[in-house]
Amino acid sequence: MTDEPLLEVENLRVRFETSRGVTEAVRGVSFQVGRERVGIVGESGSGKSMTGRSILRLIRPPGVATADRLMFSGIDLQALSERRMRAMRGRRIAMVMQDPKYSLNPVMRIGSQLVEALKVHERISKSKARERALQMLADVQIRDPERVLSAYPHELSGGMGQRVMIAMMLIPSPDLLIADEPTSALDVTVQLEVLRILDGLVKDRGMGLIFISHDLRLVSTFCDRVLVMYLGKIVEEIDASRLQDAEHPYTRGLLECLPAIGGSHEPLKVLKRDEAWA
Amino acid sequence: MSVSQGAHDPASAEEEAAIAGTGLLPRIAGRFGKTLFSLFVTLFGLLLVTFAIARLVPLDPALAVVGPRATQAQYEAARKEMGLDQPIPVQFVNYLSDVVRGDFGRSNLTSRPVIDDVRDAFPATLELATLATLLGVLLGVPAGVVSAVNQGRWPDHVLRVVGLLGYSMPVFWLGLIALLIFYGQLGWVGGPGQLDVSYELSYELDVTAYTGSILIDSALSGAWDVFANALTHIALPVFVLGYFSLAYISRMTRSFMLEQLGQEYVTAARVKGVPEGRVIWVHALGNAMVPLITVIALSYAALLEGSVLTETVFAWPGLGLYITQALFAADLNAVLGGTVVIGVAFIVLNLLSDLLYTVVDPRAR
Repeated sequence: MTDEPLLEVENLRVRFETSRGVTEAVRGVSFQVGRERVGIVGESGSGKSMTGRSILRLIRPPGVATADRLMFSGIDLQALSERRMRAMRGRRIAMVMQDPKYSLNPVMRIGSQLVEALKVHERISKSKARERALQMLADVQIRDPERVLSAYPHELSGGMGQRVMIAMMLIPSPDLLIADEPTSALDVTVQLEVLRILDGLVKDRGMGLIFISHDLRLVSTFCDRVLVMYLGKIVEEIDASRLQDAEHPYTRGLLECLPAIGGSHEPLKVLKRDEAWA
Repeated sequence: MSVSQGAHDPASAEEEAAIAGTGLLPRIAGRFGKTLFSLFVTLFGLLLVTFAIARLVPLDPALAVVGPRATQAQYEAARKEMGLDQPIPVQFVNYLSDVVRGDFGRSNLTSRPVIDDVRDAFPATLELATLATLLGVLLGVPAGVVSAVNQGRWPDHVLRVVGLLGYSMPVFWLGLIALLIFYGQLGWVGGPGQLDVSYELSYELDVTAYTGSILIDSALSGAWDVFANALTHIALPVFVLGYFSLAYISRMTRSFMLEQLGQEYVTAARVKGVPEGRVIWVHALGNAMVPLITVIALSYAALLEGSVLTETVFAWPGLGLYITQALFAADLNAVLGGTVVIGVAFIVLNLLSDLLYTVVDPRAR
């Protein structure tokens, strides 16, 4: 079961063709994800978000995504019609986005947004859908699901909003979840709690998780495996537990520019970058 | 564990307070009260300005009444009768109390009370502006959405050129050409005015004046032949004005939609697997409606006051035509009365769009 990977990506490229020339955001990325937690780390512009979105085939023009192979549990995602692809989105592969302030529809009640996620994939009665939505909100540890269901996004705090976002993406029970900087917009105090909830759900449901972040430490404590991206390429792939042994100078640089409590008082090292790595 | 739980508590207390305070009706009522107050202030300002204009223009209303050949005594008597010998503040108070009682004075041009003239003219304008706005919204909003969704491709280009034409063609020219082709050459529609001459008698006899609007009154009275004839007459001016409104509304819809389509919640809806049609027409348009309401209200208001040219071309007995004729005849009472009515219509529209806002946007409640 665990032998066959959930997702296989080979030579993924994302290009943006504009009047001012072609920009390559992702330049030949290959990796596999099973029912495990894989982290993708990189600084802004390294192509990590674009990698996540191209798996869902949600790169909008003028962006173009191509890959030699993009297989999801034996299905060739690139060969699917838009209709079949839509049936995959949400139902099999879902994505939690960065900031609930922007990723929840501000004029729609939370309940309608949750129920919609369910209703586009299954024929389900109103009361059944409502029941599932309440259960899902309870699963992300929202204390008063009834009230949140009839609330609007602006009435929730960031931490609560992000838990709603997680609930909305997990309600049709997908097999793979892409979490694109799911805690970057949250207060530090709430970050850990949201992560704990996300981690618990991923484990309980046996899903695969792609965790996209710029925070190497966070990713290494939270994931099984880490892909380090730089300028649209994966420069190093390493088990999270062996991160201290990372060999690539860019990964080492990322590790060394973090301060440590009780560490030496020397100035932090400046991150070294070299275009030749990519 | 306990640390993260404790850290979360203050935030959720705040959330619960926010959710608990969703007493919708009292909030809308409070808003309504505030709006009502600002409405009175605006109205007072409007009356002050119209009064000031009346006293500042180099026109002597008393002279206009008695004529240039009156004796000094006759002139003085007229001045006294019109209250013009009183101090200015007293005159303003008198003006206010007159206006509140619906007395705008007498029109020199028609020799009728201005309020009666306005009561006749306003429904015609309202009818025209309402149908034109309806046309502008029903066609303009979808056109703007289609344009935004196909940004940079041919449907967008076609719709934008059509819109630009509506924007740049002078209304009176378009009106004349439309009359020439559809009335003069093809005979598909009725000509200038609200009815054919042959229907005017049956309008007098069969139609009860419930509202002053020919279309509504004839329908309510069951005089369907009059209704049909009125429809052929209003079609062209509605088309001409509606085209203008459509051009404006579709342009604004396009830009609001482009803004909304780039938002993250739209991507989130696609991630959920929501069909593209629903993403566009429910999610994105639902949010674009918020600023659109203001645009539609403004365009409606502009049609109410600004259809002078159209009314002239189509000999449409509306408020625009009335005020213009009064202006040329130096009929100050009529001009001021018409101005106040348009001002009030503006204020009422503002109030309505404010109320609609709270319906469409939960954040405004």
